[in-house]
Amino acid sequence: MLDFGVWHEILSTMRKNKLRTFLTSFSVFWGIFILMILLGSGNGLQKGVMHNFSDAMNSVWMWGGRTTIAHAGYNTGREISFKNDDIEFLSNHFEEIENLSGRIHLWGGAYHTSYKNNYGDFGIQAIHTGHQVTENLQLTKGRLLNLTDMEKFRKVAVIGRIVDERLFKGEDPIGKYVNINGIPFLVVGVFDDVHDGEVDRLYIPMTVAQKTFRPGTQVGTMTFTIGDASVEESEALVAEIKEQLAKKHKVNIDDQSALGTFNAMKEYRQMQALFQGINIFVGIIGFFTLIAGLVGVSNIMLIVVKERTKEIGIRKAIGATPASIIGLIILEALIITSIAGYFGLLAGISLLELIASNMPASDFFRNPGVDFRIAIGAAVLIMIAGMLAGFVPARRASKIKPIVALRDE
Amino acid sequence: MISISELHKSYVTGLNSLHVLKGINLTIEEGEMVSIMGSSGSGKSTLLNVIGLLDAYDTGKYHLNGTLMENMSETKAAWYRNQMIGFVFQSFNLIAFKNAMENVALPLYYQKVGRRKRNKIAMEYLEKVGLADWAHHTPNELSGGQKQRIAIARALISKPKVILADEPTGALDTHTSYEVMELFKEINNAGITVIIVTHEKDISERTKRIIHLKDGLIEKEYKTKLNLSYA
Repeated sequence: MLDFGVWHEILSTMRKNKLRTFLTSFSVFWGIFILMILLGSGNGLQKGVMHNFSDAMNSVWMWGGRTTIAHAGYNTGREISFKNDDIEFLSNHFEEIENLSGRIHLWGGAYHTSYKNNYGDFGIQAIHTGHQVTENLQLTKGRLLNLTDMEKFRKVAVIGRIVDERLFKGEDPIGKYVNINGIPFLVVGVFDDVHDGEVDRLYIPMTVAQKTFRPGTQVGTMTFTIGDASVEESEALVAEIKEQLAKKHKVNIDDQSALGTFNAMKEYRQMQALFQGINIFVGIIGFFTLIAGLVGVSNIMLIVVKERTKEIGIRKAIGATPASIIGLIILEALIITSIAGYFGLLAGISLLELIASNMPASDFFRNPGVDFRIAIGAAVLIMIAGMLAGFVPARRASKIKPIVALRDE
Repeated sequence: MISISELHKSYVTGLNSLHVLKGINLTIEEGEMVSIMGSSGSGKSTLLNVIGLLDAYDTGKYHLNGTLMENMSETKAAWYRNQMIGFVFQSFNLIAFKNAMENVALPLYYQKVGRRKRNKIAMEYLEKVGLADWAHHTPNELSGGQKQRIAIARALISKPKVILADEPTGALDTHTSYEVMELFKEINNAGITVIIVTHEKDISERTKRIIHLKDGLIEKEYKTKLNLSYA
């Protein structure tokens, strides 16, 4: 049945009914086009928002605040701050945690950074080495802070891209000294990050900060990563750590403001789930748009069958079998949906590419596009749907009785 | 060629049953040229549809070329129509978007003959009906007589045993009608059985045998002078 004759027969029929063929094609074209645009946009939205998760996905942040619940004989309003021994306590008691680090934020404004005649108020962050992993720093020049810097109290700094641009203005910063409130720090590395807000700062060793700007043993916020633990495992671990720290600092475990935590993985997974939901939603809308297009094809094919009743009657009278009539109609629907669907696919993907290459990436939208598998899936869907769209009209056509069709009006 | 006995056919529409053929007995030999006459409602078209396997009958027996035609599947009926029978209709029933040659070639398409070959054969048949020059014209560019000759070429191309013509001259003027009848006579002379349904006396007189139908029964039948002159 798939011999060349059938194709020629159908193509010549389609050629001689151009408007009808075009209208039928357009509904499928449009369905596929919209499906592609919707899926691609959903993808772009997801990529844009997910891009904001620039820190390590498995990072956990913990900070101290003021107590609000009296506990173990202490009054409320007591300030809780983490010190060196808290870092030691965590690293001794919890094997699962990696890249444990403190982080003291020395706000720009009170700290002036300068190089030669260039000044700037940048954020200074005193950290342990692990924080550089948690922050997902992208080193562009030199090196990161290392353990020797910590142990030997080296006055070194890793500077962000914007700091580099503003202070050094094209000069190679590596090996130069920046002054932070009059204290010279040797620049050992330059880093970049996806967010501009995280590249206008300098990182210096925690041990140095504890001797210069913040004398003492405070470490500020504690950050660490937790390997490839699941959301549940990470939540359990964070709860456990919080409980231990609460005991150590003698605060009520329910005191939310005394001990704060942020579990990036949980947030990340929630966001992922949200986008999964959005994608399913978008997919369903697209799918039904496509269905509408196919119902259109089916509908037009029904009209076609009605219009061609006499022709089908003639064909039957001169020896067309019901199967050949079914084949004729289904193949016509299949050809129309395949060609139109292919062009819809092409147009949709082209438009997405055009948007992707001409629209600047934002925090909400970047790189829209559908992956190859979805496109192939859609193509297969079109073929199946084309046959389904042709089936009902084809069956009706095959049931046409020649004597009824040929009756003279 | 065709042998019919005690053939009954009713049309049921809703609660009403219309008894159209009320026991037809008829034999048509190979090579005959027969006209079936009768007023409208006499059952002549129904009889032709039954003979042409376009419609099923209720009771009785119908043998075509020695084979009993009953409990036909659509596919089987389509095969017999394609192989044994050629149809000619009052309103020509050509496919409007196909040209004359493609229309004539269509039965061969259903015999799985390749396109080039069937177009070549179609040209031969167009030549036989004198319309080779019109091969690439669509039906709406042709006159009634030309259309009917193309329809006849189409009916002949599958080399049928029987040509069934339902009022073939009904839409034609007298002069053209006679030309078409001449064509039928030539076909008949080539040995093909021709059965023509008509209500025009002068047309029926150009066949060799006339069967009169009235109210679903054969009223009378007789051979024409034409037949006698050949005998």
